[in-house]
Amino acid sequence: MTVTRRALFALLPLALLQFVLIPHALPAQVSSERLLHSADEPRNWLTYSGAYSSQRYSQLKQVGPGNVKDLEMKWVFQAQSLLSFSATPLVVDGVMYVTQAPNDIVALDAKMGRIFWTYHYSPSPGRLCCRGSVNRGVAILGDTLFMATVDAHLLAIDAKSGRLVWNTKVAEASAAYGMTLAPLVVKNKVVVGVAGGEYGIRGFIAAYDAVSGKESWRFYTIPGPGEPGHDTWSGDSWEHGGAPAWITGSYDPDLNLIYWGTGNPGPDFNPQQRSGDNLYSDSVVALDADTGKLKWYFQFTPHDGYDYDATQIPVLVDANWNGSARKLMYWGNRNGFFYVLDRASGQFLLGKPFTNVNWASGLDDHGRPILTPQPSGATIYPALLGATNWYSPSFSPRTGLFYMSTWQNYGMALAPGDPIEYKEGQNYMGGKFSAPEGTVGMPGMQRGAINTWHEGNAHGVVMALDPQTGEKKWTFEMHDVTTSGVLTTASDLLFVGGREGFFQALDARTGALLWKANLGGETAAGPMTYEVDGRQYIAIAAGHSLFVFGLR
Amino acid sequence: MPFPIPNRARSGEVLASLFVSLCATTMLAAQAETDLLTKYAPSDIQGGSRIYTAQCAACHGPNGDGVAKVDLRSGKFSRASSDDDLRKLITTGVSGTAMPPFKFDSPQLNMIVAYLRNMREFGSHTVKVGEALRGQTVFEAKGKCITCHRVNGKGSRIGPDLSDIGGSRTAEVLERSLLDPNASIQPANRFVRAVTRDGKTVRGRRLNEDSYTVQIIDEQEHLVSLVKADLREYTVIKTSAMPSYKDTLNADERADVIAYLLSLKGSQ
Repeated sequence: MTVTRRALFALLPLALLQFVLIPHALPAQVSSERLLHSADEPRNWLTYSGAYSSQRYSQLKQVGPGNVKDLEMKWVFQAQSLLSFSATPLVVDGVMYVTQAPNDIVALDAKMGRIFWTYHYSPSPGRLCCRGSVNRGVAILGDTLFMATVDAHLLAIDAKSGRLVWNTKVAEASAAYGMTLAPLVVKNKVVVGVAGGEYGIRGFIAAYDAVSGKESWRFYTIPGPGEPGHDTWSGDSWEHGGAPAWITGSYDPDLNLIYWGTGNPGPDFNPQQRSGDNLYSDSVVALDADTGKLKWYFQFTPHDGYDYDATQIPVLVDANWNGSARKLMYWGNRNGFFYVLDRASGQFLLGKPFTNVNWASGLDDHGRPILTPQPSGATIYPALLGATNWYSPSFSPRTGLFYMSTWQNYGMALAPGDPIEYKEGQNYMGGKFSAPEGTVGMPGMQRGAINTWHEGNAHGVVMALDPQTGEKKWTFEMHDVTTSGVLTTASDLLFVGGREGFFQALDARTGALLWKANLGGETAAGPMTYEVDGRQYIAIAAGHSLFVFGLR
Repeated sequence: MPFPIPNRARSGEVLASLFVSLCATTMLAAQAETDLLTKYAPSDIQGGSRIYTAQCAACHGPNGDGVAKVDLRSGKFSRASSDDDLRKLITTGVSGTAMPPFKFDSPQLNMIVAYLRNMREFGSHTVKVGEALRGQTVFEAKGKCITCHRVNGKGSRIGPDLSDIGGSRTAEVLERSLLDPNASIQPANRFVRAVTRDGKTVRGRRLNEDSYTVQIIDEQEHLVSLVKADLREYTVIKTSAMPSYKDTLNADERADVIAYLLSLKGSQ
């Protein structure tokens, strides 16, 4: 390690020369054009769900059914955080960007897991959001990363240096607004949605200029006075009606529409306090990407009293429907139904339960649930955390199947609560739910050390659905419930974690277990895959760490 | 933080060692002195300097020698040897002298002690501070500082980002960096030069290093990770890539640049 004078002098003129000749004319790291075609550069993972269509499907196929047993752990990133690790990393040309809960960003060498830089953010101490204070990842445009924070700020961070570029306050953290989602970059805008549906917020989705951080548009998920849909809320219940938007949406560049799922109306379990359909809670909204104007909406669960957030990932697929090419949207919903919509018009095409459902007997021709209210104290299926939830689903264009993690046989007893008054920053849920009669408990947000509680109430199932019919093609049964996203690849592999701590590779065509690894901690994130120097890697968060696998 | 620190858990240690290299008048500072200095956070020393100026300088003078037979910069105190002694003395005052008791809280006391212990390295002479606006022009044009440094999103990332440098450096330290960069460069900002097995030379600022690998930002501003076993040559350059501005800029221009740098307090 000797310093040679020659080395030193060689260094400076070169550095100077470069910037004198081409001052700051460096190519943008990730252009909006690259984001449009991100699925075509499978070595990278440029958005939360891998591409604007949110299929969480990769064209990589070096790892396949024949060699998946040769996967070994290449490196681990141990987060300096005991909060749930819910992030999906991005990988851009060999550099990985992942969040460390609540709101740090770490840039790592994607091949070896060594750290380039860490950005640390301290959320305001008075914040109330969110259940778990998690973060699901960053978005990127150019050389800038974007992170939504639990205290409802949107930050722009330089991807090369980890330094703050701008910090925009999106909403009041003291009123329980917060953000846990990975932002979605569309053209020159950064789109986010807020969480806080259990605290009487008024939800919204908003877009910010990627360069200045200034708000470009805001769409309230609850219409204000004079706006269409406002009359679906009785009295002034709209003011604190919830309808958060806490999961990343999808984008169709041809239609220039952003699709975003919205959450429950509030108070969650006191629907009598908010008569009406409560638009646009528990819906998918299609918004003009430039203006935020509502193009169409579809409400999955009108006047919800069960906390059936429609905060799932909208999966966009172009496919034949009854013989003609259609732009479709597949949606496995927390309320227990699988839906197919026409994403140009919002038209309902198919709806079918994928688990035991008794709050509705089915859906009518327009997709509206046919309600079957249960007597007080009777078991309601599915229970509040849903038949599925925010765990990313996957669609493989090769198999034509839709995959998701689900909870089966998951019920609750629900008793109506006394009317509840809104107080800023306070829980605004109402009602009383409990384990169904004859069971010892209900699975909660996180698992305990030993799984003994669940006998007779809920377990996890990864399933493959034929989207043309809603029929199950195969199921993969788990002992415990699951909070893992699903990834499929062009070699017909399906990767999925679970609450038990295993990371599994299944045959995407049959559901057969091909490989597993015990990671010793719950997966509450989605797997992703990327390639560096010609080698494919698969990353998954479990416990408080990110594990990266590759072939021996 | 003024520059990317690879390992957050060690940031305090890194900062402390940086301060040593910044404040030592030469890189040949005695080991004992180095150990002494690493005990105090730069932010505490900085804070202590401000309190000193406001509360103590009226009697003790800007250079600590305003009271007869007392030289605070000497590092020797006739009535106190440990830091605890110093804190107690400041709190109780010295009866029979003009030194009154002060009601500082604990963090303030720590800052003052940190400053007293490092006073010798501060303000050995008065540094001229010019005009920040003029300094920005010199920084960007004649000084060509943005060919290596970045301020609020403008300039290169090859050198350390200076967007909040004014929050962690004094005028004296900044002047020293301008005149004698080699004496001021921090270990975390050192450049490395590596030659790969296929003969490719890679240069850049070191961001992180372990026994087997090193992470840098290279001259094209790429984040690059290198496996040492794959390198034919690997050199950590302990001198600075920054030229001295002793002759390139005149005293007034340097004073303006210092004013500009002092004005940079970051965006958060």
